[in-house]
Amino acid sequence: MTGTATAGNLLRLSALDALELMRTGALEAAALTDAYLSQIAKNDKIVAAYLRLTTAEARLKAAANDAAPAADRAPLAGLPTAVKDVLVTEGVITTCASKMLEAYNPIYTATSILKLAEAGIVMLGKTNMDEFAMGSSTENSAFGPTRNPWDPERVPGGSSGGSAAAVAAGEAIWALGSDTGGSIRQPAAFCGVVGLKPTYGSISRYGLVAFASSFDQVGPITKTVRDAALMLQYLVGKDPLDTTSVEHPDVINLPQDKDLDGLSVGIVSELVGEGIDAGVKKVFDQAVKKMEAAGAAVCETSLPHVEYALPAYYILAPAEASANLARFDGVRYGFRAVGALADITEMYELTRSQGFGDEVKRRIMLGTYALSSGYYEAYYGQAQKVRTLVVEDFERAFDQVDLLISPTSPTTAFRLGEKTGDPLTMYKSDICTIPVNLAGLPGISIPAGLADGLPVGLQLIGPAFSENMLLQAAHSAEAVIGFDAVSPLIERAD
Amino acid sequence: MVSDDDVRYVARLARLKLKSAELDRYSRQLSGIIDHINKIAELDLKDVEPTSHVTRLENVFRADTPWSSVSQEKALLNAPEAEAGAFKVPQILEAGEQ
Amino acid sequence: MDFEPVIGLEIHVELSTESKMFCGCRVKFGGEPNARCCPVCMAHPGALPVANEKAIEYLARIGLALNCSIPERSIFHRKNYFYPDLPKGYQISQYDRPFAVDGRLEIVVDDEQLTVGIERVHMEEDTAKNIHAGGGGRIAGAVYSLIDFNRSGTPLVEIVTRPEIHSPQAARTFLNKLKNLLKYLDVSDCNMEEGSLRCDANVSVRPAGSSGLGVKTELKNMNSFKHLEKGLAMEIERQAQLIESGGQVVQQTVHFDFATGEVTPMRSKEFAHDYRYFPEPDLVPLAAGSDFVEKIRAAMPELPDARAARYVNDLGLPAYNSEVLTSSRELSDFFEATLAHFDDARMASNWIMGELLGYINAAGGDLASCRMAPAEMGKLLAMIRSGAVSNAVGKEVFAEMCKTGQTAGEIVAAKGLAQISDEPELAAIAGRVIASNPAQVEQFRAGKERVLGFFVGQVMKETKGRANPQAVNRILKEKLAG
Repeated sequence: MTGTATAGNLLRLSALDALELMRTGALEAAALTDAYLSQIAKNDKIVAAYLRLTTAEARLKAAANDAAPAADRAPLAGLPTAVKDVLVTEGVITTCASKMLEAYNPIYTATSILKLAEAGIVMLGKTNMDEFAMGSSTENSAFGPTRNPWDPERVPGGSSGGSAAAVAAGEAIWALGSDTGGSIRQPAAFCGVVGLKPTYGSISRYGLVAFASSFDQVGPITKTVRDAALMLQYLVGKDPLDTTSVEHPDVINLPQDKDLDGLSVGIVSELVGEGIDAGVKKVFDQAVKKMEAAGAAVCETSLPHVEYALPAYYILAPAEASANLARFDGVRYGFRAVGALADITEMYELTRSQGFGDEVKRRIMLGTYALSSGYYEAYYGQAQKVRTLVVEDFERAFDQVDLLISPTSPTTAFRLGEKTGDPLTMYKSDICTIPVNLAGLPGISIPAGLADGLPVGLQLIGPAFSENMLLQAAHSAEAVIGFDAVSPLIERAD
Repeated sequence: MVSDDDVRYVARLARLKLKSAELDRYSRQLSGIIDHINKIAELDLKDVEPTSHVTRLENVFRADTPWSSVSQEKALLNAPEAEAGAFKVPQILEAGEQ
Repeated sequence: MDFEPVIGLEIHVELSTESKMFCGCRVKFGGEPNARCCPVCMAHPGALPVANEKAIEYLARIGLALNCSIPERSIFHRKNYFYPDLPKGYQISQYDRPFAVDGRLEIVVDDEQLTVGIERVHMEEDTAKNIHAGGGGRIAGAVYSLIDFNRSGTPLVEIVTRPEIHSPQAARTFLNKLKNLLKYLDVSDCNMEEGSLRCDANVSVRPAGSSGLGVKTELKNMNSFKHLEKGLAMEIERQAQLIESGGQVVQQTVHFDFATGEVTPMRSKEFAHDYRYFPEPDLVPLAAGSDFVEKIRAAMPELPDARAARYVNDLGLPAYNSEVLTSSRELSDFFEATLAHFDDARMASNWIMGELLGYINAAGGDLASCRMAPAEMGKLLAMIRSGAVSNAVGKEVFAEMCKTGQTAGEIVAAKGLAQISDEPELAAIAGRVIASNPAQVEQFRAGKERVLGFFVGQVMKETKGRANPQAVNRILKEKLAG
C-alpha cells in the first residue's frame, strides 16, 4: 500500500491489507469504519444491502480498538463486517428478511458471531437476504430487494444477496453469509466477489436460523481468497452446542503465492454443457486456459447423477424446512396475526399465512407434500438415495482429480422480476452449486471475469475438509485470472 | 400432478390458510415443480442406502450438567401475549398428543 | 356373549436426569413458570438440540431390564404436528429405528405367571404444560390457555407393550411391576401425580376364545393405578354392551372421568394425524455397539430378582420373605439400610414384614408414612436381642418410632420402658410377691409347678412388663425352692 488513505483506497483494501496498516499504525479502525459507514450512507438507499445498521456500536468498538495498544488487539480487530440477517445477534433485531420476525429481539448470539466478535471484528449491521434464505435473487425479502452494485437493475443473487452486494459495493470489508444450495457462492459470483461454503460440520450452525439443517453452512464472502481463509481460521471448530459440528482436521493456512503445478483439476462435464449461457461459458473457458497455463492438469470428469441433484434437493431441503419453520407459530416470539382469533388453529393459520412470504409458503407446502402419508417413500426416501449416489459420484471423481471446477451459476446476474413468476426457472439458477451441498463438500466461487460487463464466477470444489488445498488452488487461480475490476460504486468513490 | 385437494390438505397440515386464487396458483406451481422432481422416480434405487447425514458422526452427547436458564423476563421478552409469567394463546379446541 | 379384553399399554416415563434431554435447563417439578427455559427448549430460531448422555444411559438400562434387544443403530426422528405445548412444531422422537425392541416382563396375576411382550422402548422429549384458563382448568370451555415451558424438553422414555394383557387387574399388576422396576433402575421418581409416570391404554374386546382383534379405543393419561384399573373396566363394559346391542366400536380416544367414573368417547378427530416423520438432521445416530451395551449392563443397578436371590443365598432368608422385601425398591432399601446397623437378617426381615408392613397397612400409606430411620430400627433390634427391652415392649416402641420418628432410646427413656435385669432389684420384688401369696407358695412346694407362672405374672405386673422374663424365672425358682 502506498500513498494516503483516501476513501476510495480504503474501500479497495482487503481485510489482510487493512489489518497490516492498522498494525503499523498507518490506519485507525475508526477511520476504516467511517469510510465504510459513509459509503453505506451514500449508496445503500439504492443497493439496499442492509436491513439494519449498528452504527453506534460499530463506532464504539472501532474506537475501543484504537485506544488499545497494538499488542493487546484481537487478531481481526477493527475489520468492518456485514452479517447476514439469518444469524441471531442478542439485542440486535434479527429478521431473516421475514415479516414473521420483523421485531424479533434474539435472546442469544450465534456461535459464529461470538467467535468473530471475540476475534475483534466490527459489525456494521445485518444484511438483506431471501426470506429464511429461500431464493436465489434476494427478491424474496419482506423488506424489498437488494440491487446488484454492478447494475442496479439486476439482482445480486441470493440468498446472501445483501452480504455479497455489501462487499461488492464497498459497504463492508467482508461479510458473513450462509449457503444451503449455493446461497454464498451464487451471489458472490453475481457480485464479482469471493464466496466460500466450507465443509458441512466445520462451522457451528448454532444461532444460524435453520432452512435445511443437513445442508446449511455458514461461510465468508470476501474480496480475496486469502481473506476468506483468514475469516475461516476464526470460524471453524467444534461447538458443543451443535452436534453436527466437528474439529477441522487441519489448521487453516493462509494461501501462499505459487503456481498450480502438480494440481489435477476436473471440469464437471455435466455442468458446462446445455443450459450454461454462452457468455458465462466463454469466461469460464478462458479461466480454465489460464489455470492450465499456470501448471494445472485439466481434464473432463463426469458426475453421472448430478442431473438428479436438483430434484433431490428440492425434496430434501423443503422437507427439512417444513419442519424447521413450524416453530414460527405466533406463540413465543415473532409475528402473531391481529384481530379476533376464534381459537388456536385460526391463530396458527392466520399468523403463518400473513407472516410468511410466497416462496416460503411454497417450499413449506412442497416439503409437507413430500413427507405426507403415502408419498414419503416415493419422494423423501428416493431423494435420500439420490443423495447417496451424488456423494459417491464425488468420491469417485476425487479418486481421479484433486479438485473439480464448474461455472458457479449458469447465468450472470439477471434482471429484477425476470424470474419471480416461475419458481422452477429460479431454482435452476443453483444447478451448479446444489450438488456440493448434497455431498457436504467445500466449494468456493471466485471472480473469473466479466460477460457483458457482469461478473462471472468460477466454482472450485474439493473433497471434505480439503479447505487448505481448495483455498490454495483458488488463490493461485485468482492470481492467474487477475480479475481486478470493482463495481462502479467503488470506482466512483475514488 | 398436484390437485387442489392435495394443496388444501398440505396447507392444512402446515397451518397455512389459502385464498382460492392462491390455491389455483400454488396447485399450478407445485405441479410444475413436482413434474420436475418426478425425474428421480426413473432411477432404480432398490439397493442404494439412503443418506440423511453426510457426516459420519455417531453418539455425540452432552454431559448431564445443568446450565443457567434464561430469566423469566427474558423468556417472555418476545411474547406476543403473556400473563402471569406464561405465554398466552387463544383457546385450544383440538386435543394434543400426550 | 362372553368377551375377552385385549389391552396394550403405552407408558411414558420422565427420567430423573439433572438436565433436560436436549439442553442444560434443570429438570424439576413446579416452580415459577418459564424460569427453567432457554433458546433450545423454547425453540428459538437457530437453536439446536444436543442429546443428554445420561438420558441415553437410563434409556439403555430400561431396555436391558425389560429384556429387549438393542439394535446396533437407532436414530431420532421428527414427529410433526402443531400444538402450543410443542415449541418446535415437531417432537424429537424415535420412529422406525427405536433404541430397544422385542422385550418382555413377567407378572403374576391370581397365582398365574404371565408374560407381557414389550414391543419397543424409545427416547423422546416431553412437551410444555398448558394451563387452561376460564374453564375450571379443563380444555373444554377454556377461553384461553397459558403455556409454561419449564417441562418442555424433559427426557421422556416411551415403553409400548404388545396387546397381550387381558384384564384390568393384569394391566394394573403390569404397571405396578414396571414402576417398581424403574425405581430399582434409578431412572425416574415415577410420581404419577406429578406426571412423571403416565399411562395410556389401547383396549378392544373380542368374543372369548376367538383370536382376532376388535376395534380399539384409547384411554389417555390414566394417572393412578386405581384409575387405570377402573377406567379399563368401564371401557371394556361399554364396548361389550355396545357390541351386544348391535353397535360398533369406533376407533377413537375415550375420556375417563375420575370424578364420576364414567367413560365418554371424545369427538372423533375431524382431521386424521399425518405426522410426516423423517430423520432428525440436527442429531447423529445412536450406535449402541456391544461395548456400549456391555458397559451399561455392567453398571446396571441390582434388579429385584437378583436381589431376592441374594437374600436367599447370602442372607439365608426364606424365598417368601425375599420376594416380599424386594417387591418394593423402598422396602428393600430400608431392609438393607437396617442391616448396616444390625447383623441378624432373619430377625430384621421378620420385624419388617410383621411390624413395619403392619404399621404401613394400618396407616394406609406407603413407606414414606413411617418416620423411623433404618439405623434406628437396627438399634432397637439390637436392644431387643440383648434383652435391654422385652419383645413385647419392643413392639410398642417400634410402633411409636414409626409414628413419631423418635429414637428407641428416647422412647424407652421417656416412658421408662427399659427392661429390668438388675438382680438385686428383681430379687427384692420376687421376695415381696412370695411373701404376700403364702397359699400359692404352698401349692408350688406341694409340686404344682404351674403356679410358677402365677408368680412370674405378679412380678411382671409389679414391673409393668419390664422385667427380664428369663431372670425372673430363675430368681423365683431359686427363692421358692429355698
